[in-house]
Amino acid sequence: MSRIKDTLERIRSQGRKALIPYITAGDPQPDVTVGLMHALVKAGADVIELGVPFSDPMADGPVIQLACERALKHGTGLWDIIDMVAEFRKTDGETPVVLMGYLNPIEMRGVAAFAERAARAGVDGVLIVDLAVEEADEYLPALRSQGLDCIFLLAPTSPAERIEAVARQASGYLYYVSLKGVTGAVSLDVASVAEKLQEIRRFTKLPLAVGFGIRDAASARAVGAVADAVIVGSALVAEIEKHQNEPSTLPGRLAEKLAPLREALDKGN
Amino acid sequence: MTYDFPDKKGHFGPYGGQFVAETLMSPLRQLSEAYGRLKGDPAFLAELDRDLTHYVGRPSPLYLAERLTKAWGGAQVWLKREDLNHTGAHKVNNTIGQALLAKHLGKTRIIAETGAGQHGVASATIAARLGLKCVVYMGAEDVERQSPNVYRMKLLGAEVRPVHSGTKTLKDAMNEAMRDWVTNVDDTFYVIGTVAGPHPYPMLVRDFQCIIGREVIEQSRKQMGQLPDVLLACVGGGSNAIGLFHPFIEHKGVRMIGVEAGGHGVQTPDHAAPLTAGRSGVLHGNRTYIMADENGQILPTHSISAGLDYPGVGPEHSWLKDIGRVEYAAINDDEALAAFHELTRSEGIIPALESSHAIAQAKKLAPTLSAEQNIVINLSGRGDKDIFTIAKLEGISLL
Repeated sequence: MSRIKDTLERIRSQGRKALIPYITAGDPQPDVTVGLMHALVKAGADVIELGVPFSDPMADGPVIQLACERALKHGTGLWDIIDMVAEFRKTDGETPVVLMGYLNPIEMRGVAAFAERAARAGVDGVLIVDLAVEEADEYLPALRSQGLDCIFLLAPTSPAERIEAVARQASGYLYYVSLKGVTGAVSLDVASVAEKLQEIRRFTKLPLAVGFGIRDAASARAVGAVADAVIVGSALVAEIEKHQNEPSTLPGRLAEKLAPLREALDKGN
Repeated sequence: MTYDFPDKKGHFGPYGGQFVAETLMSPLRQLSEAYGRLKGDPAFLAELDRDLTHYVGRPSPLYLAERLTKAWGGAQVWLKREDLNHTGAHKVNNTIGQALLAKHLGKTRIIAETGAGQHGVASATIAARLGLKCVVYMGAEDVERQSPNVYRMKLLGAEVRPVHSGTKTLKDAMNEAMRDWVTNVDDTFYVIGTVAGPHPYPMLVRDFQCIIGREVIEQSRKQMGQLPDVLLACVGGGSNAIGLFHPFIEHKGVRMIGVEAGGHGVQTPDHAAPLTAGRSGVLHGNRTYIMADENGQILPTHSISAGLDYPGVGPEHSWLKDIGRVEYAAINDDEALAAFHELTRSEGIIPALESSHAIAQAKKLAPTLSAEQNIVINLSGRGDKDIFTIAKLEGISLL
């Protein structure tokens, strides 16, 4: 059984909304990442998206670009990140972990080797930003055979036939990109998100998570009212950037940043 | 077997394709459909042809470089004079085509990435000509080393946005242009300057640049009485090379050599020669040869010429290398610089540093051939933009 599916179904059956924080692995330095993951869980994270830093993050805004640069300065590589997940799993066997990043780091290691190692370490799902379903055939069997969920993006520009094709290939959840733009943008339009989610639900029973543009309790509550899960990334990463020179304070600071979103989602019901 | 690439999904064998985030998949499909429609539309082709003739000044001459031929003592050396195009390089062949596509799609704003500034200038030029708003992304380091072209773009009414992320060069400018496109996809057309990026860009940029090779076929039959024996062109992203080579692919007797930027030498880390010393990977929306480390991070590149300073290469070149139809070589900075001076002094033509790489490779090849054989070098751009770089390298103050 998939840890992601179990978790999200349980939350749905309780009438709650899931909260999915994103941080970039290795930011600001590799030895703080596992501690940050635990802190996020304590503050109410249901699933963790762990970013795999890439030198050329085309779909990301400046905040996550800089996070990638900080992580890469320490040479944080794909195998190191999988080791972090294994470390996290020593004391947390419950919280699903999704690796999110770009194709090239996986391509260089080989998708089969990656899938085997990731699954063994306790990774639950993979979201490859620049892998559209059209190109996914040569990657999905290797990921699925290791029990990894393949999470795909949908966007405001996705027409019905693409939604259908993506929904057919996806498992775990679908990640709806709330706006035309890059991560960390600020122009969230909840009404149009609600409308698009309704269209997507015609094609799938998968939980729908919404990301891009959610940065505080108010935006989390608004999106939580129409989605199954809320993803927050740049707002957390900006906090890491601000306090990168005091790494020991980061778990506390991120927990403080995330907790109000948890509260807003739970109160929203 | 005839050469018929890319396939419907934009693949050249294992290369090419569409590796972009979901938001761009639909706009790319619209672009493919629009291009599919327009490339056979006589009115569109007539409009393109008119601009290429009367605005760019095509056909560009095929020029026999007699003193160079004599000095090198072998094959007849011909130069395809893309440097004589309006704006001074081959880039305009493509920007005119894409800007016309933008107009037909009803877009009011074009964006472009640029390295040396040639594609930026060509984009700004055609934007001025068609009354489109134009934003050009350029690595902050390139803004420094190509300041005359930055000023030229501004004079033409374009906004130049320096890119400070990553290595502050062409690849980062391309990332930033993609981010702009994804944000402003409703009114904006992304004019990619080379045969890279996601499908359909490698195909449509190639198609617009193939005017170079088609003219060479006609001109060489007339001026040499036969097709050339060898074609040479520099390869950064590879648009001038593919434009010259592609019409010759089925002419199996014609040898073709693409010349990459060897920088300080391909045995050092400081080069920009992914075909010669890189590996297959995914960058900027396509699978191709790239320069990356074992963790998949894109490596910094180096070349004396900003226009070749790119860690990837058009996917069709990767395929042409693998099937053995085109040979690829690398020329180091110092060899390119020497070739720059040699052409300038012996023919009175100042070549771009990019094109100088092809000239340097031709210099090695020509003496091994006979006087009955003909080689054609694509002189893809003029070198006026480079004189400041060269003066600085040689310790000469121009102010």
